[in-house]
Parts: sequence; structure tokens; C-alpha cells
Amino acid sequence: MIQADLNIILPEIVLSVFAMSALVGTVYTAKDRAAGLLTWVTAGVLALVALWIGLTGEGVNVAFGGMFHDDAFARFAKVTILLSAAVVLVMSQDYMARRGMLRFEYPVLVTLSAVGMMMMVSAGDLIALYMGLELQSLALYVVASLRRDSMKSTEAGLKYFILGALSSGLLLYGASLIYGFAGTTLFSGIIGAAGDGQAPLGLLFGLVFMIAGLAFKVSAVPFHMWTPDVYEGSPTPVTAFFATAPKVAAMALFARVMHDAFGGVSNDWGQIVSLLAVLSMFLGAIAAIGQTNIKRLMAFSSIAHMGYAMIGLAAGTALGVEAMLIYMAIYVTMNIGTFAFIMSMEKDGKPVTDISALNMYAKREPGRALAMLVLMFSLAGVPPMLGFFAKLGVWRAALDADMVWLVVASAVASAIGAFYYLRIVYYMYFGEEGETLETGRAPVLWVCLMGSAAVMVLGIINLFGIEGAAAAAAATLVN
Amino acid sequence: MTIVALAFYLFAICAIAGGLFTVISRNPVHSVLWLILAFLSSAGLFVLLGAEFVAMLLVIVYVGAVAVLFLFVVMMLDVDFAGLKAEMAKYMPLALLIGLVLLMQFAIAFGAWETSQGADAARAAVTPEGIENTAALGLLLYDQYFLIFQLSGLILLVAMIGAIVLTLRHRADVKRQDVLAQMYRDPAKAMQLKDVKPGQGL
Amino acid sequence: MVEFFTNTYLGMFLVIVAQILALLVPLLVALAFLMYADRKIWAAVMMRRGPNVVGAFGLLQSFADFIKYMVKEVVFPAGADRAVFLLAPMISLVMALVAWAVIPFNDGWVISDINVAILYVFAVSSLEVYGVIMGGWASNSKYPFLGSLRSAAQMISYEVSIGLIIIGVIISTGSMNFGSIVQAQDGNYGLFSWYWLPHFPMLFLFFISALAETNRPPFDLPEAESELVAGYQVEYSSTPFLLFMIGELVAVVLMCALVSLMFFGGWLSPIPGLPDGILWMVLKMLFVFFMFSMVKAITPRYRYDQLMRLGWKVFLPMSLFWVVFVAFAAKFEWFWGAFARWG
Repeated sequence: MIQADLNIILPEIVLSVFAMSALVGTVYTAKDRAAGLLTWVTAGVLALVALWIGLTGEGVNVAFGGMFHDDAFARFAKVTILLSAAVVLVMSQDYMARRGMLRFEYPVLVTLSAVGMMMMVSAGDLIALYMGLELQSLALYVVASLRRDSMKSTEAGLKYFILGALSSGLLLYGASLIYGFAGTTLFSGIIGAAGDGQAPLGLLFGLVFMIAGLAFKVSAVPFHMWTPDVYEGSPTPVTAFFATAPKVAAMALFARVMHDAFGGVSNDWGQIVSLLAVLSMFLGAIAAIGQTNIKRLMAFSSIAHMGYAMIGLAAGTALGVEAMLIYMAIYVTMNIGTFAFIMSMEKDGKPVTDISALNMYAKREPGRALAMLVLMFSLAGVPPMLGFFAKLGVWRAALDADMVWLVVASAVASAIGAFYYLRIVYYMYFGEEGETLETGRAPVLWVCLMGSAAVMVLGIINLFGIEGAAAAAAATLVN
Repeated sequence: MTIVALAFYLFAICAIAGGLFTVISRNPVHSVLWLILAFLSSAGLFVLLGAEFVAMLLVIVYVGAVAVLFLFVVMMLDVDFAGLKAEMAKYMPLALLIGLVLLMQFAIAFGAWETSQGADAARAAVTPEGIENTAALGLLLYDQYFLIFQLSGLILLVAMIGAIVLTLRHRADVKRQDVLAQMYRDPAKAMQLKDVKPGQGL
Repeated sequence: MVEFFTNTYLGMFLVIVAQILALLVPLLVALAFLMYADRKIWAAVMMRRGPNVVGAFGLLQSFADFIKYMVKEVVFPAGADRAVFLLAPMISLVMALVAWAVIPFNDGWVISDINVAILYVFAVSSLEVYGVIMGGWASNSKYPFLGSLRSAAQMISYEVSIGLIIIGVIISTGSMNFGSIVQAQDGNYGLFSWYWLPHFPMLFLFFISALAETNRPPFDLPEAESELVAGYQVEYSSTPFLLFMIGELVAVVLMCALVSLMFFGGWLSPIPGLPDGILWMVLKMLFVFFMFSMVKAITPRYRYDQLMRLGWKVFLPMSLFWVVFVAFAAKFEWFWGAFARWG
């Protein structure tokens, strides 16, 4: 039995063993001198594992008595997580090395948090869910304060840690109530105990606490307070990581818990999730308007985007999950490009995060400015770009589930939100002449920026075929 | 009243009193000491439940290690607890209000509490016949919960890496003892015997 | 009459009290002479004569000291936290004494025969550190406070390797009960069946860790009066100080009992054919105590950084490796099953 189980979790084992051997190997040899190399190697390994999972995985495999599910949904999320983690690692190497904060523990921690995320999206049990979540979060707390001599970075780490611990507490309390009701922590057992239609009061309480804990992890309003501070304080590559892989993992986990464990009572959680979605979209759109720091702005942007993605979840249908998965994949791609741009913003070798520094950027760097324009349009959801189709997908799912008001609300929110995205574009093309940024040097960042922008344009043809994968993934989750 | 009931009430009262005084004690060191009492009493409750292994682990890990670290930190950090408390007092009315609302909600939830059919059966952990509970725990941990057990190992590893990443600084200005260098030192080369004549020096 | 002791609460209570007295009284009396022996051995190694005035050969020296401690005045430092100040020595002594509840001296001669006996001893001895910390803190004085931090860190560090060594023995036995641990060492080869042979390196590690855990020389940094102005007990006098001292010595004797039980077969006779019994147990404990005294007499004191280095960088990896090794050796029955004594 154990042999078959281990075969199913082989990708996770490979990554953990890689992380541990990389750690021990580097500690006893080159230490921080090998950090750059290790970062590239780690990125390669993550990408390889992503390919391995994406190309060879098939069917639904359940291991450890239902605690671990390897299905199309998990694989879709895992491939997205691993690829984005790999790209972020590659982007961070040059940036961090030049600022003397590239430590060899960084890729190791990122790998371990990726393992945690893989456990999260495959969880079939409340305990496994919690363990994966903690593994991921703990590694993130540490990388948030990686620049330990900076007040802001340590503040970010500490804030994230304390609020994260609080949310874990909520989640655990919810889990214990659910266990108290169902008598089991397995999702398959909970869905049986929960029944169909109306959830019993005790279960509902547990559900609300669970959702509060999960909403914290996806930074949905009103559990978003940590996001701007953590995004601003962490080193920019780490912020890029926060904005991508963990968000995918948390959303996927959210969807998995709701559908796998509470699929029968989707009306009950549908209301809560749609409320979270509406609040997130509006707060993300309105609060971002006053921001001048581009990292804080991206934090509010990510809050808003989580709101849109949650519309798909709130729909409670297979179509909704499919739309959510596609939304997350597109969101991650857009964010990678945007953060590649942010990382290349510098002056006198120091990073600049003030958006007024972008004045007339288009004159000096027309190529980059154009790419940024495409990304901003896409983030805002302006029609010809891929970002629009992501929104279209979740709207279609919501309409399908007769949630017209949700669609209307999100359309309004996205119109408000478009303002601050377009403001960046305005600065770049029509701003006043002011101090100038240096031209970026790192070719990796250029490639990521251009690649991401190209995807936003070219993707509208057929979404690179991820639609089919997402549909298959959604079909395994919702039945 | 049986001995077991007596012991239960003793431990339960101690645990609650310990928890209470942890919160209201003025001196932070006393708070930690009360917390230790609460830990010990809960260990006693575990013993009454027949979970002696868990009880001992609670004492070893929480009382023997974690609380000692708490004590270290509380004793060494010069935290102005009075100031912190004053800060807290400002928000006390709001906190009490929220606490009250939560309490009422819980009262509703637990007042109407019901478990699903079969929950009790699913929950009942039957210790296999003829195995003491330590061995039974081991069987569960290494078999059914193998995955989770290993994951918690990884979590601890991350915690360790994190602690080292955030705190370790290699200082060049500290003298360190190299034991091997000392052991392999050749005494003949390290010291020289000179015959110093009186009045001449070296 | 028998029913009174087996069926009524009062009767059972009296039986337990009697058992406790039967253990503690001889133990505490023996302690007086062990203290004397300790000083005599120390003196002999240094070619001094040691205590020789009070009673024949100075045999009553410990009792004289005892009375002297009792009649002195208890001094509280200004600003001391009185409750904690007094609680500290009591914890120190009580924790050392309660551990004896699960120590058997012969087959079945034990107050409480519990499944997790060895874990219980470990747990209780890990609580002894509180006497040290609380005493140092409550004195409201810099030197005792620094001293208490120092010795608390020392005790915790060595507890880790003691725990791992104990795990090795537990793996070999498959039980945490002292009776089973001793039974598992019962074999056809007398003293060569005992655990000291298969667990040979760990015998030394355990012995040295026990020295550090009980603050005995060469790790007696808490009372390094010559260079560190002693430790947590600087401000203590009279009976509270006496309690600290007795607690420390009881902990030492407890460690002797642990070594005898875990590595030297407890009450088993070393030569096949001779009857087992409490005599062997006592002899083994005395032997280990003799080794404790000899170490005290012949080794210089460690420096603090050396102590920490030894604990974390040498003992911890070694004992950790040993746990893994024992696990394999027991599972695959290497060395003719010397490590697998289950069943």
C-alpha cells in the first residue's frame, strides 16, 4: 500500500529531497557563493517537475486513505505554481545578487514552500490541508523578511507572521468545529456528513471560520490588511513571488475545500464567497487610486483580482471553477511581466518604486513602455487583451449561475480600477519631464516582460490551449 | 466521589486557575510560571484520559523546553508591559464588545449543536487490543498519518532554516576555538627551551 | 485486615505513604553517607585526609553540616520575590525526589509501575531546570541571574542528547517501562548481555551528559565560585540552600540509578547462576557514584563555550546518528540481534 502511495506523491518527494540535499550540500561547500547557481538550478528543477506533472499525470489517484488527491485539478494548479515559482526565481537572481541579499537559503525556501503549495492543492483532508498551508506560509514569512537589516522588510515579515498565525488559528478552529460535527477530517467523510441543501448550524460555523482563514491567505477583503504592507516591505522579487504562486495555491485550495468537502451545501458558502468577492473588487479598485508606490498599488490590484477570481468560485459550478483556473493562470502571467518591469525600475543602482518616476518613460524606452502598456491594459481588462477574456470567463460563469448582480458589480469595479492602471500608462506617455530612470540591464527581466506582454496579445487566439486542461480540471473537482 | 473524579477536578481547577492568572498576573515572569502550572495540569488531565504518552510529551516539550524559552525571553527582554497594558486598555471596550458578540454567537452555535449520524462512531478511536497506547499511537503516526507526520518534519525544517537565515551573522572579529588545530599542534614546534644566562638576557 | 489496605481509599493511601517512606528514608540517610564518600574520595585522590573529625572517621560530618544549615538564619536579599525565592529550592528538591516513584530496585519493587516510566523520569528531570531559573531570577541580583541563565542553558543542551540516548535504549527494548528494560538485558551471558556492550559509546555519552545535566564537575559552572562568582545560589543561605544541595545530590543518585538500569542490567546478577536482587542494583549504583566522584576529583573545569560546543556539536550529532543506527540494527537484527530485544 505504502509503495503505491509513495509513487503518487513522487513529485513532492523529489522536490523535498532536492531542497534538503541542496541545503546540506551548499552549507558544507560554497555557502552564499553558490547562491546564484543554486537559484538557476532550482528554477530548472521546478520547471522540470512542472513538465513531468503536466505531461505524464493522468487520471485520479488517491493516496494515504484519501488524504492526498492527484487529479487534473491538482495538476493544473501544480503546473501553474511550479512554473511561476521557477520564473520568479530566475527573475530574482540578478536583482538580489546585485543588492547582496541573495542567500542560498532563498531558493531552498521557495522550493519548500512550493512543496507546501502542492500539498495544499492536493489536500483531501483537513489535517493535510493545514500542514500544506503552514509549510507554505512559514517559508513565505521567512523570505518576506529576507532583507533582515531593513526595517520595512522585517516589519513585513513580522506582520505577515502574526496575522498569518491568527488566520491559521481561525482556520484550525473552524476545522475543529467541522471535525466535531462530522467525526472525520477527510473531505470525503465531511461531504457525506454535510448532506445536501441546508448545512446544519454547527457545520456552518466551522465553514465560516474556515472561509475566514482561507480568505486571509488569498487576501480577500476584509482579511486583506496585511497585503499592502507586506508587498511594500518585502524585497521586490519576493513580492513578485507572493503575488503569483501562493495566490494560485490558495485559490485552488479554496476551491478544493469548498467543492470536495462542502459541495452539497454550495448555496451556503456561495453567498459568503460572493460577498468576499464584491468587497475585494471594490476595495482593491478604490484604495489603489491614492497609491504612489507601485508595489502597494500591485497589492491592491491583487486584492481586486482575487475578487474577480472568486466570482468563478461563487458560481459554484464546473464552469465557474474552469473560469477561475484560467483567470488565475492569466493573472499569474500578467503579474510576472509587471513585476519584471518593477524590478528593472532603478536609479543609481537603487530600486525605485514611486510611480511618478515613470514620467515620459516611453520616450527613452519605447519597447518596454509598450509592453507595460499592454500589461496594464490587460490588468485593467481592456478588451483586446487577454485580461479581458479572463474577466469574460468568470462573468459567463456567473451569468450561467444566475448571478447577474455580481456581474454588474464587478463590471463597475473594473471600470473604477481601470483608472489607476491607465494612470500609469498616462505617466509613461504623457507625463511631465522629470528625473529619469536608468535603463534596465538584466536580460532576464526584459525577456519576462516582453514574453508576458506577448502572451497577453497572442493568447487571445486560443489561450494556448489551457482552456481544455482547465475544463478537465474543473470537471474532476465538480461533479 | 472517586479518586479519579477528585483528580480530575483538581487538575481542571489548577488548569483554569493557571490560565486565569497567566492573563491577569502583573509580573510577566509570574505569568509564565502560572502558564507552566496550566501545562502541568493539562498533562495530568491527559494521564486521566489514559494518554500517558501525550501527557509526558506535553511536559517534556512544553514545560521542559518551550516555557523555559518563554522565561528566558521574558526575563531578559526589558519590555514595558505596563505601557503595553495601557495601550491595550484603550481598545478594551471594543475588544470586550467583540468578545461578547462572539460569545453570544457561540452560545447559539453550541446551543443548537448536533453531530451528524455516525460522527461518534467515526470519532471513537479504539485502541487495538493488547497494545499499550504508546505503541498504538506509533502505529497510527507511521502508517495512517505517515504523510502528515513527514510534512510536520518539513515544517520544522523550514522553521529551523528560517531561524538561521534571520539571525545568524558570521562575525569576523570573534575568536573561535579550533579544537582540532589545538590537538594536532606539535609541542616541539610550539615552544622552545632557552637557557638564559644570568645578566645576559636573550 | 488485608481488605482494608486493598479496598478502602484510606488503606490504599496508607500503603502508598508507607512505600514512599520506605524509599525516601533510606535514600536520604544514604545521601548523607554518599556526600561523605564523595568528599573522602576527592580527598584521597588529592592525598588529603578529608572529613575526619565529627564521629569515627568523620562519618557524622554530613549530619553536622545538616544541623548547621538548619539553624542558620534565612536571608532574603532586598527586593527579592519572596514566594518564588522560596519556591525555587523546593522545586529543585521535590522534582528530584518525585522521579524516584518509578525507579525499581528489584523485580516489582517500585512505587508506581507505569508504562512510560523512562519518559516520566526524563520529563520530571527536565523540570529541575525551573529551580535554577526561578532561584536566579527571584534573587533580584545580577550574578545569580546570569548564573541561572548559564546553567539553565547548560541543562537544556544536555537534556537533548540524554533524550536521544534514551530513545536508543527504548528502541532496543520496545518498551519504556524500567522492568521491561531490565528484563530485556537478561541473557545467558551475564554481564555481557547488558546494554553497555551493544550501546557502548552511548554509555559514555550518557555518563558525561549526566555530569552536565546535574551540574557536576567538570561541568559545575553554576558553582564556579573561583571564576564566575558561583551561580544561581549566591544569595541563598540556610535551609533553602540546603534544599538546593540535597536536590542536586538526589539528582546525581537518580542518574546513577538510571545508568544502572539502562546499561548495567539493574538488579540482574553479572554472573550467570548467582541470584538477582536488590544488592546488585545498589552495588551498581555505588559503582557509578564512585565514577562520578572520581571524575570530580581528576578533571579540570570546562570553559562555558567548550561546554556548549561539546553538547551541541559533538554529543547531539553522535547520539542522533546512534538513534538511526540502533533503529536499523534492531530492525534488521544486526550483530545477532543484540539490538533487538523485543518480545
